[in-house]
Amino acid sequence: MHDEHQVPIWFFIGVLLLIYGVLIAASGTYGAIQPPPVEQRVALWDLHADIWWSLFMAAVGLFYCIRFNPLRPGETLTGDAEDP
Amino acid sequence: MNFPCPLLAAAAGTSGGLISIGPLDYVIIGIYFLVVLAIGFYLKRYASTGEDFFLAGRKMTAWIAGLSFISANLSSLETMGWSAMSYQYGMLGAHAYLIGGTAPILFLAIVMMPFYYICRTHSVPGYLQLRYGEGSRALAGVSFALLMVLVSGASMFAMAKILHLLLDWPVHGSIWVASLTVAIYVTLGGLISAVFNEVLQFFLIWFGSLLIPILGLIYVKGWGRMMAAIQENVKVIHPSVHNADFTCLWHNLGSFDTNPMGIDWFGMAFGMGAVSLAYWCTDFLQVQRVIVAKNLRAAQNGTLIGGAIKMLVPLIVTIPGLLGLAVLTTKSGAPLVLVSETDAAANITQHTYNDVLPLLMGKFLGPGLLGLGVTAMIAGFMSGMAGNVSAFATVWTYDVYRPFLVRNAGDRHYLSVGRWCSILGVLLSIGTAYSLFYFSNILEFLQVLIFFFIVPLFGVVIVGMLWKRASPAGGFWGFLVAMLFSIGMWCYVHTFPDGFRPQPNIVLGTGAVVQVEKTGDGQSEKILRVTVRSGDVRTTNVPIPQAGREPLHRGETVVGSAEVLLPAAVGQSGHSAPLRVLAPEVVLSDSKENDKFGVDGVPVVLLPGVEVHAEDVTHYFAPAEFNPAHTKYIARSEKAKPMAVNMYSAFWTLLLSLAVTIGVSLCTKPKPEAELRNLVMGLTPLPDEGPCPWYQRPMLWAALLTAVLVAVNVIFW
Repeated sequence: MHDEHQVPIWFFIGVLLLIYGVLIAASGTYGAIQPPPVEQRVALWDLHADIWWSLFMAAVGLFYCIRFNPLRPGETLTGDAEDP
Repeated sequence: MNFPCPLLAAAAGTSGGLISIGPLDYVIIGIYFLVVLAIGFYLKRYASTGEDFFLAGRKMTAWIAGLSFISANLSSLETMGWSAMSYQYGMLGAHAYLIGGTAPILFLAIVMMPFYYICRTHSVPGYLQLRYGEGSRALAGVSFALLMVLVSGASMFAMAKILHLLLDWPVHGSIWVASLTVAIYVTLGGLISAVFNEVLQFFLIWFGSLLIPILGLIYVKGWGRMMAAIQENVKVIHPSVHNADFTCLWHNLGSFDTNPMGIDWFGMAFGMGAVSLAYWCTDFLQVQRVIVAKNLRAAQNGTLIGGAIKMLVPLIVTIPGLLGLAVLTTKSGAPLVLVSETDAAANITQHTYNDVLPLLMGKFLGPGLLGLGVTAMIAGFMSGMAGNVSAFATVWTYDVYRPFLVRNAGDRHYLSVGRWCSILGVLLSIGTAYSLFYFSNILEFLQVLIFFFIVPLFGVVIVGMLWKRASPAGGFWGFLVAMLFSIGMWCYVHTFPDGFRPQPNIVLGTGAVVQVEKTGDGQSEKILRVTVRSGDVRTTNVPIPQAGREPLHRGETVVGSAEVLLPAAVGQSGHSAPLRVLAPEVVLSDSKENDKFGVDGVPVVLLPGVEVHAEDVTHYFAPAEFNPAHTKYIARSEKAKPMAVNMYSAFWTLLLSLAVTIGVSLCTKPKPEAELRNLVMGLTPLPDEGPCPWYQRPMLWAALLTAVLVAVNVIFW
């Protein structure tokens, strides 16, 4: 379609998930160190779902960022470049 | 699937925010808007031809096509509405994703996709033109283009009202910010932009929603305990159907009485089958996502990927609805009772069915994750809107403008028309959304509008694909007659020859001073009598006694020297109806505190000086009400709930569409076979796309998906 490097949709998704994951993990870690008052805690607060869920999200985001790096030769918008 | 859902009725009520979000949540929402706009601006350079803009260059891979296909349907109306359905109907809500989701998607992938793809059509109306001629295409093109903007406007209206209800955001701000964002990225990037944002939305929805069932099932200590808690709690939550089984898919469909939906297995299997086949196989918004794949194999595999994911959607929709029955409790530990939107206390003192998902979000999701959940909700609305607008631009440009208005212009001209159509589509959607503020009673109508159109269309398309004898006249009349029949059936079930009188009610004006007499405490508290000391009230269908004169039915008056007693029940149409008292914002005379309540069947006393605005209303046609005397002929039972009526209506419409198309075709001249190549079974050779590894073969995945679908139905029988 076009010759220049193209940024696949998967890369955009990876960046967004990575940013979200880092932000929420930071917030969750802060909340674990400085716990909010009991009445402000969500159900199952002690499981710290915000930390492990956001880390999982960041890991998925990072995978997409690396796997669909737009600098990869021949990369396309749909991310179907042939592996070297 | 976008069945008519009570979620839109939530638009009727407003209150303060149901959930509150913090700075981090706003940052997460803001980042989402920046990213979608960045994608739109980036993709502008790749939408330089009509094929790029309208058909995404026909370059989509199976995964992008599949995720976009499923995301186009996975809007926030879907997730919130079907969670509410599961709260109301239990496990039966999951049928929309199994027999009503994966099964028709399998049919689309294996039976219909080869015809759509090989004929290289740009749209479903485009296929009608190739198969039946211009008459059918014109009918479908104009209807579809109009429907798209109306549905988009209704969705926008619902989004603004729901964001206001949940987060207390201003409705005008929500409409304009979301609309302008959609207008920018769709106008710049066309279908490819809409598709890419749908894929993005897919990830947001899953990351924003999946944690709720995970934490919910941990909280309730597993599936078995959740089901046991549900059967225990429904005695309190749904007392009218307390004997019904909420925990299975088929076992409770032996009769109309044993399940909470008031439907039997025939209606579920064939009604749901008709609606869902039509929706998944001929709604152009859906089909457009997969016909733009790079080859037939990718189109089929993309569709199958969508079908597999569809089977997983109950994890984030049905299970939260069930969790709502099991884990939502009051402070005293009793089951929290959510009510229908039509309940007296809805959105005043009680949350409604539609609030089940936001309530669970508030219960389980902390800062950041809550913002992610809200972002997923906004993304769902916006990508739904973008899908409608891009489909409108395609159908209007290719199926109305080009064949009937300007025939032989260049590609750049049609590309420019497409971009302007995108802006026009957004503006028409905004106009529709604003008109709904003044005519909110047509919301119900807009929700079912799409079914008037796509069920007849499916009948015509499937006959055209499978039977070469089907004639242009058969296609046209099959479509038109079934569409008119569908509209007629809808009118019939909402018609009341003897008149429908809304429940007698009195709404106490803002700031009215009242005295409320109560008995009991906490959950057992009951209001016995309400006395309005000052302020104004509005009454509907309540005769206001007047000293020495006939009762006032309509008009305005001020209560004179003697107090007026409005009884707890009012006689109308030969029976007694409870008086509904709605007090959204009043002042208690004893404590001078603000209060709100809604209650049925209590007497109201109006003291001297109270202003009364009385109305007397009788409807002979009520779009939000079903006439049981008429629904029994459509849905085979007076007990049928609206969902059951819709499913049976779809079934009859499909039967008529098939019958008329076949009948008229037998009496009229078919197209010559030479004109039917690549359009009809037997005249459509499958292209040789070369060898492929076993794991890319559509038939293999279709067989596997079928086996899993059967297994899921058996496991949850």
